[in-house]
Order: sequence, then structure tokens, then C-alpha cells
Amino acid sequence: MALGDTLIEVAGVAKHFGEGETRVDALRAVDLTVRAGEVIALLGPSGSGKTTLLNIIGCILAPSSGRVVLDAEPVFDGRWLRRDLRRLRLDKIGFIFQAHNLLPFLTAEENVAVVLDLARRPADEARSRARELLDYLEVGHRAKVKPALLSGGEAQRVAIARALANRPRIILADEPTAALDSARAGLVMDLLRKLAVEQQACIVTVTHDEKIFDRFDRLIHLRDGRLAAA
Amino acid sequence: MNLALKDIRHGLFRFLLTCFGLGLLMTVVLAMIGIYNGLVADALAVVKAPAADVWVVEAGTKGPFAEASSIPADTRDAVARMPGVAEAGAVNYQNVETPHAGHTLRLYVVGYEPGRPGGPLAIMQGRGIGASHFELVADRKTGLLPGDTIRLGRNRFTVVGLVEGAMNSGGDPAVYLTLSDAMALQTELDPAAQRVQAARGAVSVKSASVAAVIARMAPGADVDLLTATVRQWKHLAAMTQAEQEELLLASVVDKARRQIGLFLGILLSVSAVVIALIIYTMTMEKLKQIATLKLIGAPDRTIIALIVQQALILGASGWAIGLLLILTVKDYFPRRVVLEPFNVMVLAGIIAAVCLLSSALGVRAAMKVDPATALGS
Repeated sequence: MALGDTLIEVAGVAKHFGEGETRVDALRAVDLTVRAGEVIALLGPSGSGKTTLLNIIGCILAPSSGRVVLDAEPVFDGRWLRRDLRRLRLDKIGFIFQAHNLLPFLTAEENVAVVLDLARRPADEARSRARELLDYLEVGHRAKVKPALLSGGEAQRVAIARALANRPRIILADEPTAALDSARAGLVMDLLRKLAVEQQACIVTVTHDEKIFDRFDRLIHLRDGRLAAA
Repeated sequence: MNLALKDIRHGLFRFLLTCFGLGLLMTVVLAMIGIYNGLVADALAVVKAPAADVWVVEAGTKGPFAEASSIPADTRDAVARMPGVAEAGAVNYQNVETPHAGHTLRLYVVGYEPGRPGGPLAIMQGRGIGASHFELVADRKTGLLPGDTIRLGRNRFTVVGLVEGAMNSGGDPAVYLTLSDAMALQTELDPAAQRVQAARGAVSVKSASVAAVIARMAPGADVDLLTATVRQWKHLAAMTQAEQEELLLASVVDKARRQIGLFLGILLSVSAVVIALIIYTMTMEKLKQIATLKLIGAPDRTIIALIVQQALILGASGWAIGLLLILTVKDYFPRRVVLEPFNVMVLAGIIAAVCLLSSALGVRAAMKVDPATALGS
């Protein structure tokens, strides 16, 4: 597989919570580089720091130290380098959740279009992009249905469409297959891999699901806040 | 995309039910405002009805409404002759209870001299009193109709006309009789022993007296000069119309007015707390969705708009439902419920302010939500 330019660069990132006797080091000098087209998994036992690392890459949590560069833009170097982190997330990052987290009061199509609406894109463009993605993910026939009436697999595909709506090059997924059976989990991972290649995006996934380990380019093991192997 | 409206539509039944509950609360608030206004309007109705400029009453009293007043009936002639007085009329007021159609009617009897000030201003149905005796004009709230007859004292009176909004400060509907009939009725209502003594000639029959004399001034005449002149007569006192109205509000209905006013204040406070709780709960139920919105990049203004718009829609719906309900049922209240557009708009303003303040609590909670909570299961 031909890999593209570097999309995520994490250098010497550390994160601790609390001070003194209560100090907990969640991450210790982690270095990680992810390139376009790559699909990687963050693995490790509970408390190993994988969710902390995902939150730092997602600009939800500030590291205690280190440097983060996303899509060639330095975003953290001892401090946040951009004030509007939400806009940064909106422009560069797509999130896929363990529970699909679709907004229950919007239809599948609206759940996808809302991301473009937040980015102040015209309503027609947002709807047409949403339909395009839903069709691509083979849930176009469920566009007018609300999440409560979607199956687990359909809801997760709508969530993936939402993550892709703004054409982000970084997709962060937190246990995206946890709620799916092994067949559907495999399909979702194949789909993500296909997207990564076609859209030159990278996908960072936190997972415990051994059934899908073979779908990743790299398995990143974390233990006690350190990278164990890469 | 309006997220507030989409969310409301999603849980429409629940939202409507909440609005209806709030609407019922607003109905009670509006009812209390209406009752408060009604109390004041009722109290003033009887004072305003004669369209007087000056009230001449017994010296040392605050008559004829706040205290009993009794002055010689011929005072009217003396007042009518005074400079600046266009017309004057003697009036008498008393409460009676009388059986009618199987019920007991409590009436406020106004005795006046037809053709002089003191009678009903506008007859809504039928005609005014045309005979010297045994005819009356009744307020519509008595339930009497033209042609009905009713026993007052020892005589039977025929209803010849109907008026609206004529009552005393206690809400008893008024009936208008000729002054002579009203004075006779008053004598009949004297204690029995006193009447027996009078019949025997053992005590002198009291001279004809009335409660007050009402004067209307000629255009440009000096009201203050008239009241000052009347006060020089040691047995009489005089009040302007404004003084009489002020006296009535300050003494007769003051406690009731303050009581209702205080209750209204408590009710508004309770409503504010209820609205705040509803809006806060609505927001707390959406925290996960708000976290998701934050995570996918929604700006603060989108989340604030979601909460504030829903709060205002809730408040506006509750207000509208409350207004609709009170307008539907207000005529079934035993006493008048008077709602002025100003009161209704002030309540709308208060509700809007409460909703904005309450949504500030929700907004505060929403702003504190960590977008990372959306990542958990």
C-alpha cells in the first residue's frame, strides 16, 4: 500500500492528572506518526492511556507536554496553538463512537448534514453530500429514518457517514465495532480501510476487538502510558 | 437547520404536555391577576357609576362606602343651588338578601332619584325606571330578566331593565330603585321593636335621610371651591370623585387587594421555579447529545441557541395556552376577572425574562460538558 503524507505527528507527548501523591501519569513521552491511507489500532489494557492519546489527537484534551501536528498544522507545542479547537475538529477530524451517538431528533440524512450545517455550508450542498455518503455506505434507502429505527449496523454506517461529511483527513474511532457482531464488524472495518485509501485519510482506532486485528496496518500497544510496540 | 425545533418535533407529545402543564400554571397566574383587577374594578364600579364630581356625606364619616353616612334628604336642594353645580341627586345604599326562584339573592340596593345623578348610566336591556314605585333596574349578574318580579321588604318589584358591571366592593350585584322605595325599604328593615314603637307613636319617626348627595359640576366650575364651601356646614363633609375612589381602595378593599397581590407574587415565584426546573431538566437530559455536538465541532452559539430557543418556545406556548384557557373560563368565575392587555403583556415579559434566566442555568451546565464524554459508551 502506498502511504501518503504525514497526517498525525505526536512527539514526546506526556499527560498526567493530579499532582504530588495523587499524580497519575496517563501518557509518558509518546511518539507516534500516522500517514495518509493508514489504518492503525491503539491497543492496551484499561488505563493504559489509549483513550487519553485519542483525546489528545482529537484536540479534546491538552497534553501536559509535547508536540502535536495534524495535517501539517502544528496545533500543540507546550500550549494550544489555535484558539478555536472546535473549528479545528470540524475541519480536520471525524469521530466515530462506540455507541453511534447519532442525534435522536434528526433523521439519518440530517445527522450527516448537520456537520456541514455547522461548517456554514449551504443547506442544499449539505443534503446532497449527506445523500452521496449514505448511498456510498449503502444506507441511502434509510436517509429519512430516525436513529431509533435503524439497526446497529445501519446506525454505525450513518455515524461513519457523519464522520466523513466534512472530508476530514483524520478519523478517530473509539471501539467502532463494539456493538456489532463479527460479520458486521469486519464489514465496517473493510469500509473504513476503503475510505482511508480512497480519500487519503488516516484512521486511528481504539479497540479491544481481536476479530478485527487483521484489518489494521499497524497495532500500537500501550502499557502504563508508554508505547509497547509499533 | 434549527436543532431546537427538530428536537421539539421529535418529542412533540411530551413537549406539548409540558407546555400544557405550564399553561395551566399560567392560567392560575392570569386568573389571580384578573381577580386582583376585578376586585379593584368592582370596588370602583359603584363609585364610578354615578359619574359624580363631588360626594356630599355626613361630617366626620368616610361615607357612604367606607363608613355609614346619613344626611337630611333636603341636602340635595341645598347642594343643587350652590354655584357651579350643574345637577345634584340624593342616593341611598344598602345590602339586602331576598329569596328568588329557590335561591337567596344578595343584592346591593341603590336608591336614586330618576332624572338626577346616581342612577345607572347605560341600560343594556329593557328601559330605565319610569314609575314612581315598585320598578327596578338590575345588574345582569343578579340573573333577573326584564319582566321578572322580586320581593324586597313588603313589596314586590318588577324588573324593567338590565345594566352591566354594577356591584359593590363585595361583588354583590346592584339593583336600582327609586329613592323613595329605597328609603321605605330601609325603614322596613329597621329592627321590629323599633317599628312597633314607631307605629304606636312612642318614638318619633326619624326624619328622611339619605346616604349621600352626588353633584355634577358645570363645565369650568371649581370643584375645590364647592367642597370647601360644603365643609363649612358643620354637619356635612365633601369629597371629590378622586378622593372617594382613593378612600375606597385605601380602606374597603386594601387588605383583600394586598392579600391577592402577595399571593400573586408567591404564584409568580413558584412559576419561575417550575419553569427553571423544566428547562434545566430538559437540558440535563440532552447532555450526551450536547457533548456529541461539541465534539463534532458545534460552536457555543449553536448549543446556546438550542437551549434558549426551546426555553422561549416553552414559555410562549405556556403563556398562550394560559391566556386561551383563562379567556375561555373567566366568565364562569363568581366574581369579575378583569384582564387588561397591559397585564397580559407584562406577564409575557416576565415569562420571557424567567425563561432567559432559567435557560442561563441550562446553558451553564451545557458549557461545562466535556466533549470527551461523548466518546464513552
